[in-house]
Amino acid sequence: MTLERIAIVKIEECLLVTIQVDMHDRLALTLREDLGERLLTTQARGVLLDISGLDTLDTFIARVLAGISSMAKLLGAETVLVGMQPAVAMTLVELGLTLEGVHTSLDVDRGMALLKKLLV
Amino acid sequence: MIGVVITTPLQSIVVRQDRDISVVRRAVSTHAERLNLSVLSRTRLVTASSELTRNMLVYGGGGVVELKVYRDGERLGLGATFADQGPGIDNVEDALADGFTSGVGLGLGLGGARRLVDQFDIQSSEVTGTSISVAIWLKDDGR
Repeated sequence: MTLERIAIVKIEECLLVTIQVDMHDRLALTLREDLGERLLTTQARGVLLDISGLDTLDTFIARVLAGISSMAKLLGAETVLVGMQPAVAMTLVELGLTLEGVHTSLDVDRGMALLKKLLV
Repeated sequence: MIGVVITTPLQSIVVRQDRDISVVRRAVSTHAERLNLSVLSRTRLVTASSELTRNMLVYGGGGVVELKVYRDGERLGLGATFADQGPGIDNVEDALADGFTSGVGLGLGLGGARRLVDQFDIQSSEVTGTSISVAIWLKDDGR
């Protein structure tokens, strides 16, 4: 079995996740589990999901990302999704997926600023 | 307006497990880039392919994806056929409607995939399984 995982980095009271690979289904589910555990152990209050490395987002992965945001909320943390490529955003809208309830921002810097505002 | 479409096979991918969905995504993306499809067209086709491959895996128990170049006179496109030997789709019209799902999806898969591509053909029966062909044409400005 491979131990393929997406790294979760703690910065102050936030967890930063940078998705650089083409995320296959199981990797996305592993990320969700890992993030849940890290939220508990670190007591982080914010999650920044950087998806600038993803050039597609289908309904399954989008659903997992929305699920991560809901799960984090239940664990007392806010999630901001950053770095979505314009073509990915357009395609998601055409698919009928608007990721309602998920905070988004253009890039990591703005996402971090938004997260800080949400955590006040 | 589509005349006689000639197709040239590019690649054939057997889909048996969820990892193969990313194999299909990468292959579609590579061929789209080679054909100079625009970033948006490429993203649409890769996303539609991802949805259809997952459907094939979940409902049809896996199958085969055939990628091909479409040619209609001067016009070029990239196409893919998703064929499984599963139980077939009971009611194709219902399955294409938004919100329809008989499994684990959000119910956007089939109808959503159709919206993303220029061409969408579906054949399904209990005997032969389901075969869905999609294509995106290079736009007039060469993209």
